[in-house]
Amino acid sequence: MSKNNCERPGMGERFKRWINDFGWARIIIALFLLFLYLIAGFFKVSRIATLNDMIARFAMNGILVLSMVPMIQSGTGLNFGVPIGIVGGLLAEAITMEYYLTGAAGFFTACLLGVFFGGIFGWFYSLLLNRVKGDEMMIATYVGFSFIYFFQMMWVGLPFHNPASVQGYKGSGLRVTISLAKYWKHILDDFLHISIPMGLDYFGNEESIEIPVGTILFTLFFCLLVWIFFRSKTGTAMTAVGSNPDYAKAAGININRMRTYSVVMSSALAAIGIIVYAQSFGYAQYYTAPNGFTFPTVAAILLGGASITKANMLNVLLGAFLFQGVISLTPSVINSAIQLDISEVIRMIVTNGLIVYALTRKRGKK
Amino acid sequence: MDLLKDKKQFLRNMSVPLLFIVIISVGIPLSKYTGVYLLREGLTRLVRNSFLVISLLIPVMAGMGINFAITLGAMAGQIGIIFSQDWGLTGVGGLFVAMALATPIAILLGAFAGHVLNKARGREMITSMILSFLISGFYQFFMLFFCGGVIKFHDPNLILSRGYGVISTVTLKAGRAFDDFIKFELWPGTGIYVPVFTIFLIFLACLFTVWFRKTKLGHDMSSVGQDQRVSNDAGMAVDHIRVQSIVISTVMACYGQIIYLQNIGTMNTTYGADQVSLFAAAALLVGGASVSRASLPNVFIGVLLFHMMFIVMPVAGKTLTGNAMIGEYFRSFISYGVVALALIMHSWARNRDLADSRKQMRKDNDDKSKELKAKVNA
Repeated sequence: MSKNNCERPGMGERFKRWINDFGWARIIIALFLLFLYLIAGFFKVSRIATLNDMIARFAMNGILVLSMVPMIQSGTGLNFGVPIGIVGGLLAEAITMEYYLTGAAGFFTACLLGVFFGGIFGWFYSLLLNRVKGDEMMIATYVGFSFIYFFQMMWVGLPFHNPASVQGYKGSGLRVTISLAKYWKHILDDFLHISIPMGLDYFGNEESIEIPVGTILFTLFFCLLVWIFFRSKTGTAMTAVGSNPDYAKAAGININRMRTYSVVMSSALAAIGIIVYAQSFGYAQYYTAPNGFTFPTVAAILLGGASITKANMLNVLLGAFLFQGVISLTPSVINSAIQLDISEVIRMIVTNGLIVYALTRKRGKK
Repeated sequence: MDLLKDKKQFLRNMSVPLLFIVIISVGIPLSKYTGVYLLREGLTRLVRNSFLVISLLIPVMAGMGINFAITLGAMAGQIGIIFSQDWGLTGVGGLFVAMALATPIAILLGAFAGHVLNKARGREMITSMILSFLISGFYQFFMLFFCGGVIKFHDPNLILSRGYGVISTVTLKAGRAFDDFIKFELWPGTGIYVPVFTIFLIFLACLFTVWFRKTKLGHDMSSVGQDQRVSNDAGMAVDHIRVQSIVISTVMACYGQIIYLQNIGTMNTTYGADQVSLFAAAALLVGGASVSRASLPNVFIGVLLFHMMFIVMPVAGKTLTGNAMIGEYFRSFISYGVVALALIMHSWARNRDLADSRKQMRKDNDDKSKELKAKVNA
């Protein structure tokens, strides 16, 4: 009888457990987001425009956030070296533009090349990470930074000739931002795009909810692929390496090989992620631009409920949505409410606060 | 055998400084800078940066690695300087008031950082880095929205025209106060001035570090750095000692930033503190230090080599490639790359040592079981 009671806790207990599972950080941020959304109307911030912004940003960043999953699962830690994959994607973008590849052909060529370059860079990166077990995150951060600056020299030096890509006055060296309008801008965003008219906004302009279905489907497709992978034999082995390396070793799993697979996967996904981001954003950004993705991407998956050693698809989707929501909604509402432009400060505090919170949690410890 | 091992160890420690000596000796002829210019710049950089780099030593001793959260101390220093200037204080007195004002802020921030890092054992470095970004957000909020609004300022020149927030570039009224306090020209006509007072302050920091190692707390700290569990069993308050090491480091970094700023003469209010830990860490590691072992010679060798590279590289890159930006990018790449390299080499060596000791243990076990078998058979 008493045993039965143990197995079936009361309502309150169940609720508490559910809250603990869900994580306080997420609940607070979700409630905060809901609160901001509700009060947005008082400050003449268009709810529709904000919602559009949130959906668009979610779709843009989904695959980048997804790219965190393989490395977290294999116990290689939060991928602070995500610029390595991103640079692979940027290189692929530059090559498709060099050969004037437009439309769907251009986009998919970019994706394939991105997987290729991201994978190669990722492979070298994994060789390094396998030799520095236990210090991956710190080293990844600095290797990521170095890689960005190394490729600054490459963007200047590599022989690109397309006049739209290179700096006009010298005729060599890529521009800092290159418009993708003539190549494959919005190629996914415009595919099956849904637009729902919602009447007039506070200033008398027509409004509609815009849903980039193509980009969201593309993101979900890759989530599905990764989800299926983690149910395969290799995927299970990878998870085992992450959750219990000693057990995995005893079971005859080659730990280094699994870690290598995960790093290559993460980097290739990051390359696709930046290409999807670029098609939505409309510009390819070079030089120091990849710097801006590392910490927000890490923070997003943590906000989605991932820990340093565990992540799943729910964490990815929820994290991308909540994080981009906070980043886009908070500044617009607060700026209108108190007439202060504190968007940058809020972005810094939310992003880094989430990462510090995750790094200091006991549960994430080995 | 031992000597050979020492030699090997020495070479391994010195490999990064040697690499830098090679880079610089290629760069100097390419840059075509004169010896006097390089000497003057080298001395300036040494005076400007050494104090900040010294502030990294004590956490290394306590086994917490490179404390990237010295940025917190730098922010405290910047707050001190702003208020001292707002009260109309100039000269050496103004800087000392800035230090006095910044010290309690640095102690509070340091204690906070120490407690956070205690919760992130084994990941102190990455946590200290992200923590510095986090506190930078709060610092910017304070500087851009609090100052001039909630906190009234006396000097309207310090406040943005919108009525609140400190202006982004502040020209310090106390600029070069320490440097010009006592100084003499090295050789007449060369324009190389030796800032005696600043050098004296750096000397005090060195003296403090050497003295501190010999105190009871210093001894405790290095034993915590070697083995936390053993120290805990020996009755030391490990957590508390680790927090103390971070507090000392943060307070020293706060003074270091004030010395740095008075030497430059202007202050970037919003982002001025952000790069402090990167350059300090890079300089220390270039000097041959590792994450677990750093000394005063590492500081001075490192500052000199790292900043020499910084001076020479853009011009050398331009001569070599015909493109000024390449040298600029190369030097950014090297600053990040050298930190990455030093971290990798340290971690690699540690992983190898672990593997070796495991192998040794297995061999010992095998030997024992063989002996046992032999005994049983006999």
